[in-house]
Amino acid sequence: MSPFTTWDILRNLLFAAEWTILLSLVAFIGGGIVGLAVLFARTGRNAALRRVSMVYIELIQGTPLLMQLFLSFFGLSLLGFDVPPWFAAGLSLTLWTSAFLAEIWRGCVEAIPRGQWEASSSLAMTYFEQMRHVVLPQALRIAVPPTVGFSVQVVKGTALTSIIGFVELSKASTMITNATFQPFVVYGLAALVYFALCWPLSKSSQILERKLNVAHRNH
Amino acid sequence: MSLIAITEVRKRFGDNEVLKGINLDVDPGEVIAIIGKSGSGKSTLLRCINGLETIDDGEIMVAGAHLAPDDAHLRALRLKVGMIFQSFNLFPHLTAGRNVMLSPMVVKRVSAKDAEAEARLRLDQVGLGHKFDAYPDELSGGQQQRVAIARALAMQPLALLCDEITSALDPELVNEVLQVVGKLADEGMTLLMVTHEMRFAREVCDRVVFMHQGRVHEIGPPEQVFTNPQTPELQQFLGML
Repeated sequence: MSPFTTWDILRNLLFAAEWTILLSLVAFIGGGIVGLAVLFARTGRNAALRRVSMVYIELIQGTPLLMQLFLSFFGLSLLGFDVPPWFAAGLSLTLWTSAFLAEIWRGCVEAIPRGQWEASSSLAMTYFEQMRHVVLPQALRIAVPPTVGFSVQVVKGTALTSIIGFVELSKASTMITNATFQPFVVYGLAALVYFALCWPLSKSSQILERKLNVAHRNH
Repeated sequence: MSLIAITEVRKRFGDNEVLKGINLDVDPGEVIAIIGKSGSGKSTLLRCINGLETIDDGEIMVAGAHLAPDDAHLRALRLKVGMIFQSFNLFPHLTAGRNVMLSPMVVKRVSAKDAEAEARLRLDQVGLGHKFDAYPDELSGGQQQRVAIARALAMQPLALLCDEITSALDPELVNEVLQVVGKLADEGMTLLMVTHEMRFAREVCDRVVFMHQGRVHEIGPPEQVFTNPQTPELQQFLGML
């Protein structure tokens, strides 16, 4: 008989889940800010910036998140920086999120009819003024559901950071399994915690989609 | 001195040269209709004047502002000419009033109070003072186009470019827009309009430009162009052949 009750296991998993949530928030907020900058570079008028941002997006989308984690964790150590796992995890997830969000948002910006750009150009607005006052307010409506939907990928992406030793829900599950020898119970509970985090997100994405579509039809 | 000076303007889309050396001078207060078959380059010419299309050769000046592809030059030029489009292009997320207020506030840094006063004035001018708080999709096509005119006027342009502004309207809505444009013409606004409304062109315009295959084929006062066309192309376009 194991000295650990199911409640012991769940309690410890929930403690670890706090780090999953924190890391998700850091990645999502940081990735949102960096992603917005990449979006401006990607859709802007400067050809060099467009090119650089395109390569950035393709590199990150074209390599596994796991490799990016290894590269930031081991790569930065090679360069002589002492990188704690939380830093490498936060950094790589932020960059990974930014590339995907920038690409999702680019699609939304490009869905705005060309006439909106032409009308605001004719009114002497600059690119930033057009984005700020004309394009982004309209793009936001269509961007919210896929953005919230993508946040689910971010939450699940945090599981990979267990590999470089960041103790979040997945890493904690492994550690608890090593102590309790009850892998099915532990991982089963961990999966339920992930589901409890992700399901409300994908559900709200669906609801938002319906709501914003209705709003779009009216105005 | 002319307000708009177009000199030897050429424009190519790939191998297709759509403007083959256009020369046109527009005096202040002049109302000019540009007519011609589709594909003759008339819309492209209009879009070149405010830099929506880049030109490959030649020169365009509007009241001393020189057309050049950099942002500073474009901005200076666009402060002098407004443009109205076939598809209205109102900002759907803003009310009629906010559509008119936006650019003065953002571009000219006019205070919200002054911009609102100006917007109410301009909407009154196009007969839509009561629609200040209506969203574009609550307005008819004719009303939307009149808001678009008010929006352009709020920037106090020296000239307006009208690109087939009644072509997307139901027939019964065309007149309310043409009336507004006619009133502007009476008040001395410089207008350059691509149009298919021949009757309007005849009654309101000072000069009519007939474009054919990327060139100004014939130009003159409406009586001359419509009643005594010189070239077979214009005669054919007017249905006289």
